[in-house]
Amino acid sequence: MEPSELKRSKDSPNSDESTRRSSFPDEVLERVLSLLKSHRDRSSVSLVCKDWYNAERWSRTHVFIGNCYSVSPEIVARRFPKIRSVTLKGKPRFSDFNLVPENWGADIHAWLVVFAAKYPFLEELRLKRMAISDESLEFLAVSFPNFKALSLLSCDGFSTNGLAAIATHCKNLTELDIQENGIDDKGGSWLSCFPESFTSLEVLNFANLSSDINFDALERLVGRCKSMRVLKLNRSVSLEQLQRLLVNAPQLAELGTGSFSEELTFRQYVELESALSNCQNMHTLYGLWDAKGIYLPALYPVCTHLTFLNLSYAALRSDELAKLLAHCPRLKRLWVLDTVEDKGLEAVGLNCPLLEELRVFPADPFDEEIIHGVTEAGFVAVSFGCPRLHYVLYFCRQMTNAAVATIVQNCPDFTHFRLCIMNPGQPDYITNEPMDEAFGAVVKTCTKLQRLSVSGRLTDLTFEYIGRYAKNLETLSVAFAGSSDWGMQCVMGGCSKLRKLEIRDCPFGNAALLSGLEKYESMRSLWMSACNVTMNGCRLLAREMPRLNVEVMKEDGSDDSQADKVYVYRSIAGPRRDAPPSVLTL
Amino acid sequence: MENDLNLKATELRLGLPGSDEPERQMTPRPNKRTLSDIVSEGSRSTTEEDHQDTAPPAKVQIVGWPPVRSYRKNCLQGKKDDVEGGTGMYVKVSVDGAPYLRKIDLKVYRSYPQLLLALENMFKLTIGAYSEREGYNGSNYAPTYEDRDGDWMLVGDVPWEMFISSCKRLRIMKGSEARGLGCV
Repeated sequence: MEPSELKRSKDSPNSDESTRRSSFPDEVLERVLSLLKSHRDRSSVSLVCKDWYNAERWSRTHVFIGNCYSVSPEIVARRFPKIRSVTLKGKPRFSDFNLVPENWGADIHAWLVVFAAKYPFLEELRLKRMAISDESLEFLAVSFPNFKALSLLSCDGFSTNGLAAIATHCKNLTELDIQENGIDDKGGSWLSCFPESFTSLEVLNFANLSSDINFDALERLVGRCKSMRVLKLNRSVSLEQLQRLLVNAPQLAELGTGSFSEELTFRQYVELESALSNCQNMHTLYGLWDAKGIYLPALYPVCTHLTFLNLSYAALRSDELAKLLAHCPRLKRLWVLDTVEDKGLEAVGLNCPLLEELRVFPADPFDEEIIHGVTEAGFVAVSFGCPRLHYVLYFCRQMTNAAVATIVQNCPDFTHFRLCIMNPGQPDYITNEPMDEAFGAVVKTCTKLQRLSVSGRLTDLTFEYIGRYAKNLETLSVAFAGSSDWGMQCVMGGCSKLRKLEIRDCPFGNAALLSGLEKYESMRSLWMSACNVTMNGCRLLAREMPRLNVEVMKEDGSDDSQADKVYVYRSIAGPRRDAPPSVLTL
Repeated sequence: MENDLNLKATELRLGLPGSDEPERQMTPRPNKRTLSDIVSEGSRSTTEEDHQDTAPPAKVQIVGWPPVRSYRKNCLQGKKDDVEGGTGMYVKVSVDGAPYLRKIDLKVYRSYPQLLLALENMFKLTIGAYSEREGYNGSNYAPTYEDRDGDWMLVGDVPWEMFISSCKRLRIMKGSEARGLGCV
């Protein structure tokens, strides 16, 4: 039921205050609103009137906090008394690339303390880019008797000891998802901490960890957790061990293999293939570290119903990928390394007409320039074969304006277009012109575009295009681009739905920063590093907009007047008190 | 290198001076550096070095770029080593005066003439013909390689099989130095 329909029935012309209230008891309203899942819909609903605000807050069970410093745990607990599931995001995204200082903050502990008091029945906690210590994990494990799901993505500060605490104490755990974290791996004994009586696990992802785990303990765990549907192993699990696990878990929907490369006897290979073919529900395949081409055919029985294949840890060649993809007609999402080259991507275009998402990661991003990788040709080939493509992340070393124009002509439905030409400021390699027209084509053609990452040599013209055409854009990432303040001003003035803007190494200064004065309160955050912004500019911003937190991170040895890294975000919690000395709040 | 005690200046080594110049890590300072600064910095440092030592120019590495998560890089590390030992024999190739290095797979070639032709095509230069007596006379370039002992040798002196099993990296020297080597 649409909130707008509810509103209409309340606002019928002949009703007055009292009639309105009595015709819609709170319990009914709450019951109806409890069916609303999207947090954005809920935010809209809460703004309708006071009654609706109250009904919404009492019926909300899941809260999503995109920036942990935008609000305090006390404020959250006061407004939403019945929360059972929390999603929290912390550090700015550029912390993934080492641009945020150590000890920046985003520590979960203060939140856990409030939750333990106000939400003792908390069931789910999903954290992204937060700092979490072993002590916090232990506290979590013992404070919430109903705790079911823990998901840690890109977090840091903890070790496998914290995981042991979770395994030991959380009797009702259904999900333990440890992804891409900076974890101190002290060994695999944590997995043996799940008690023998424990059977509720449905999701287990420990692919992040490198140590050997006790395989017998894992085998018994998987054997007794009959509802397990997601199992992502780490590299230490061998092919032979994988086969033993699969025999006991044919119901798996998502599988992350361990290392896919040891020497198998013919019989072992046949057994593995047979175990995989029994997994009729499997739609996602992941892992495949060190995959050797000769064993990939064991996957063919599973490939026919795969919708998501993540090969970004398997350095496959183009012919190996082509052979595999010939068996994957239903693929919707594909992640690969650029070792597959353009020829491999041609195979994608030929075999996967239903493809919606493609991510191509560089195998050697930091090495000196090597001959291989993907070019514009591979991307173009995919676009011809996969008209439904709407999400792309593409790392390459050369691109042309013409190629991008062709790509978006073939695939006009892009919602996420993230192109990374790895040499900063590189122009169209054929015409030597800036890549302005490429991104111009993207924003003109792809009217549904929500997320854009630009790269290559770009002048202010790119940003004029973005400001003029990208009316649905919510997230923009810019690096080594632009000619003057005007570029950023165009974006701030034109992109009405912009929520997250992250900029590094661009010639945007105070005028650009201040052009967004009115806008920052409707955004989640702004990041600007290695630009031309000064301390005075930041101070002015902080003074004019008291509901924004303006934080500056200084680098050693830089000019006192320069604002090296600026992070601006709206907050109803006021300036934070846990900032380290390197972070100044203005 | 400002923090260095400059021990390198007095170090006794068998290699050519500066032949193991480390890559420089640089964080672009805010406001002071545009992309053209970074690129020209690279070539400026080459000219300065030419007077003192003759190392291949250091490549500027930018913090946090390309935007690839470090955990992803670590995951692939093991695989990369396997590949180099197994299916390919990639060695770095530097050319005096070029801003960045290249990598080639020695296993692809069967003989010196094939290798030299590939290098000539890759870098758009002429190396010329090899003679035991005069090296690569008649051109401005001399192909050299670093062997397992860390010594810099002229390409072509040893049998091909011995060469590819001992070659760790290639360097195409340019100018008077190159001609000098041929006459030793």
